[in-house]
Amino acid sequence: MTDAQTYEYTPGVPPDDIDHDDPLHGEMLELHMGPQHPATHGVLRLGIQLDGETIRGCKPDVGYLHRGKEKSCESLGWRKFFPHTDRLDYVQPLLNNCAYAMSLEKLGDIEVPERGQTIRILIMELSRIAAHLIYLGTTAIDLGAVTMFFFTFTEREKIYTLLDAYTGHRMNNTYIRVGGVYADVDASMIAMTREFLAQFPSKIDEFEALLTGNRIWYDRNHGVGALTPEQALAWSLSGPNLRGCGVDWDVRKNNPYCGYESYDFEVPVGTKGDCYDRYLVRIEEMRQSVRLCEQAIDRMRDTKGSDFLTRDRRYVLPPKDKVNDSMEELIHQFKVVTDMSLPKGEAYAPVESSKGELGFFVASDGTSAPLRCHIRAPGLMNVQAIPLLAEGRLLSDMMAIIGSLDFVMGEVDR
Amino acid sequence: MGVLERIAAVRGTEGYTAVDARDGTPCVRIEASALPAFALMLRDECGFETNTFVTAIDRTEKRPVFDICYQFLSLQHADRVRVLIEVDAADPRVPTIKDLWIGASYSERECFDMFGVAFEGHDPLERLLMPEGYEHHPLRKEFPHHGIEPDRLYREWERTRSAGGKA
Amino acid sequence: MGSLKPVGPAAQDAGFLATKADALVNWGRKNSLWPMPLGLSCCGIELMAMIGPKFDISRFGAEAARFSPRQCDLLIVAGTLTWKMAQAARTIYDQMPDPKWVIAMGVCSSSGGMYDSYAVVQGIDMLMPVDVYVPGCPPRPDAVIDAILKLQKKIERESPIRDLTQGRNEGDESGTGVFDMPPNDAVATSRIGTFLDADSEELA
Repeated sequence: MTDAQTYEYTPGVPPDDIDHDDPLHGEMLELHMGPQHPATHGVLRLGIQLDGETIRGCKPDVGYLHRGKEKSCESLGWRKFFPHTDRLDYVQPLLNNCAYAMSLEKLGDIEVPERGQTIRILIMELSRIAAHLIYLGTTAIDLGAVTMFFFTFTEREKIYTLLDAYTGHRMNNTYIRVGGVYADVDASMIAMTREFLAQFPSKIDEFEALLTGNRIWYDRNHGVGALTPEQALAWSLSGPNLRGCGVDWDVRKNNPYCGYESYDFEVPVGTKGDCYDRYLVRIEEMRQSVRLCEQAIDRMRDTKGSDFLTRDRRYVLPPKDKVNDSMEELIHQFKVVTDMSLPKGEAYAPVESSKGELGFFVASDGTSAPLRCHIRAPGLMNVQAIPLLAEGRLLSDMMAIIGSLDFVMGEVDR
Repeated sequence: MGVLERIAAVRGTEGYTAVDARDGTPCVRIEASALPAFALMLRDECGFETNTFVTAIDRTEKRPVFDICYQFLSLQHADRVRVLIEVDAADPRVPTIKDLWIGASYSERECFDMFGVAFEGHDPLERLLMPEGYEHHPLRKEFPHHGIEPDRLYREWERTRSAGGKA
Repeated sequence: MGSLKPVGPAAQDAGFLATKADALVNWGRKNSLWPMPLGLSCCGIELMAMIGPKFDISRFGAEAARFSPRQCDLLIVAGTLTWKMAQAARTIYDQMPDPKWVIAMGVCSSSGGMYDSYAVVQGIDMLMPVDVYVPGCPPRPDAVIDAILKLQKKIERESPIRDLTQGRNEGDESGTGVFDMPPNDAVATSRIGTFLDADSEELA
């Protein structure tokens, strides 16, 4: 007979119904999933108590990718922290850049010119499409639909090619600056983007043809991980996880930023809050992102040649050719790079990321050394909700739940 | 009705002070002991269904205090409120809000991990990001950026795992 | 970058058959490197892109990316290794059977990258021997494929059969190819154990 073991349980079914003399059900299996695991979407460790195939308790253990980013912001300074923000939710780097820049702009009362905002919307929506493609590819491959991984990664490569041409790097581009973007978008990039957007909706149709009506996909996702709106709000969920339950809340519509109020798009909302509804919400979000990108490109024609970066000299580097010739510009460059300071106070600018509400809570004491930069990561709330959805379900549903909650450990752990 | 008006309509103007924030978010400062009642009022009577974040600001470079910051979102009124609580840096403790908004649970654990703030009533208050057995609170201003013996736990593990391991 | 020149004992010192057997074994090993993708962070996404259709490492025989270390021979550490994860990473390395090779993909695993902070291991070579370092943040998949090709050239220089028949060669580099390799405790760089401690005066 086994020794009596005590187990620590997170909110879940207490073991009172276990009959310890029953040879089949008398013992809990503690299964450690992770931190290295193909289906945990990064370095997440889950301690799962299993009664046969049924999950009785689940405890996530995060922090395996904690790199000390919030401390790094305090040590490096506002400007030098931009590359770190890319690497938070690393499947949508430019979106994180924009969120950080927006909170600094709120703190410093800096206005972004219209062309800068339009370019930001274009690249934010492209990043959203890229992030949802990762969700689709990795969740599908975790559930066995291996082909989807290759299909979505082919499309993601096309976005990479676009961003490579525009920013010089495929991923972790760091192309946003306080007050705008680093450089203007040129005609060839617009042409490539139009080409991509023209063929992408038919690709979404292909993905849907493979998955949406698929009996296996439906059975594995329908009814799995259902949430009520009250639960979702109590657990601080946002984004597609919240909208899948039927709550119509999107930061782009309800707390608009960057000019989103003047764009024409819809926000998909689910009904049941299960994995299948969240999947449908994300597919539709990709279609709406295509609409937004097309509108952004059309507006670029109107603002052609205008400013894409604020002219506020306190935060913007002088033109490079002047830096090489003139002493004042050289000193100015030095001061902005090493000593950029923001006014005293706190600010928080929420942004709708592909995972939910992303925001940087920044606090400054008026000097150039940041006082605090807290990263409000939606992924952390998504990981927190794993026990809520998984308890009582089968082990194989765990993959569907982890995939549909959609988190990236870079931002969960920071 | 704005956030401050809603709060005043429920409990008058005693027990909290309105503070200005640079981003225009309505911000109030309260005492740590007032938090449970204030938070309950925010959730049940002012319509703040969800907690956005719980964090702390270490202000010990100027004064020996931490500012514990909470932010809440109301979907029905489409607005946000920030609550600030000043606590003593030598013994930072505030009551937990985990019973009201379970989503604040990880945020509180992270705040404990990074700053050492004790959330009374949050049981068990474990570290979230740093490994179990880590003794420091990294986001305090006194903690150096490079850390203090960051490899200590790894060396301990190495020593216990191989009989002839490094001392 | 210059070309890699083979080093090792002169051709007449080694037996003809042993050399030919070595070449055969090395040819087999280099063309069937099964990666163990330790995708920790952003480099993991580029690793996935490399396994994906556009860059396709299966052309080099490295398609079978098994997620169990027992079935792999090439550990690709893609991403930032933190001290919390270090035990797991070291355990994975130890669980891999010989012969095994390690590629440190990206600057985070090569040297800690942009994170010189309290939580990040300053290079996985503090914990395990590394064969190829790939700089980049993240490196393009082409760069990692280049690393695999360089690793293949490195494998060609090994001498497994000769070591088996003639005993371990003094000049043997990473110890691969020997069937009774001692545990890797001499490979850590000198920084382990020398970090700032709690009593240090520099803290003041």
